[in-house]
Amino acid sequence: MRVGQAEFRAALLDPAAAVPAGLVGPQGGDAGVRFDVYRNNVVVGLSRALAEAFPVIATLLGDHNFAILARAFLRRHPPQSPLLAEYGSEFPAFLAGFPQVRSFGYLADVARLEVALRQSYHAADADPMDPARLTALPPERLALARLTLAPSVRLVASDWPIVAIRRFHREPGAPKPAMRAETALITRPGYDPVVTDIGPAGGQFASALAGGAPLGAALEAAHSRDPDFNPTGCLSALIAGNALIALDEEAPR
Amino acid sequence: MSNHIKAFALVGSVAAAVSMASFASAEEMAKEKCFGVALAGQNDCAAGPGTTCAGTSKVDYQGNSWKLVDAGTCETMELPGGRMGALEALTRDLPA
Repeated sequence: MRVGQAEFRAALLDPAAAVPAGLVGPQGGDAGVRFDVYRNNVVVGLSRALAEAFPVIATLLGDHNFAILARAFLRRHPPQSPLLAEYGSEFPAFLAGFPQVRSFGYLADVARLEVALRQSYHAADADPMDPARLTALPPERLALARLTLAPSVRLVASDWPIVAIRRFHREPGAPKPAMRAETALITRPGYDPVVTDIGPAGGQFASALAGGAPLGAALEAAHSRDPDFNPTGCLSALIAGNALIALDEEAPR
Repeated sequence: MSNHIKAFALVGSVAAAVSMASFASAEEMAKEKCFGVALAGQNDCAAGPGTTCAGTSKVDYQGNSWKLVDAGTCETMELPGGRMGALEALTRDLPA
């Protein structure tokens, strides 16, 4: 007798579901207990994958609570891709909608940061441009220049101090997070992603640049958020992060 | 602010950013891979689950797992039990 894939998959993710009819052990007997062991291993394996993918969330919630959330998540969102390293991209939205943790508003944003870090790690390589090209341009041409950012660059804007929260839970002796809105800029100068808080206005600036706006227009966008915004910190994080890969003075096609 | 003044301010910011960044990357360069100093499960890697590197060291101070540390500090790091860090993989403290 054949067992359909859909039935097999449904039974894997539902501990209360009956063992699919027709599954037999090597001696031809009922596969009941063997299937239960396998079903348990799938859940344990995916829970551990989530704990590795979201180390800060796991620390914030504690192992016990994280395991409960992970099991609820993986049953609703089993992997869509065979690449386990990418698993969990729906976890932030899941956290935002999970009633018991909804009052911890920052959780979903910290999870978004952890997803973005992994995406950055696995993004394509790109050679940085010589930053001297920026300083070589006269003022009016500089304002009209467009920058191309490396594929590994990610931005995560939040109303919460997500960069400080992550640091506090990863680095011994890091300062306690102060309540403020932070925008995480992720760059990958070498092999590992680096996180820098560039603030909400810096986030506007960087996302305008990423969207293809010229430097001058990106600065205008940031000034609409904060008239005192100075792009030095954000630009230096982009340069130090090897995140600027091209400078283009032509209008995009 | 007129556009002209803004354009000049941008030049100043860019120049400052370029010099700040070269200083920052010099600092970044001043890191070295140090073997045998990471606590179990805390070796540096950001690849995520399903990969062979993230937090895979099984024992404290495992000789073949590494962390990035400030340049020049690896081999002088004081570790429990008279251990020393090394710039190349070690054969001590391997998981059974």
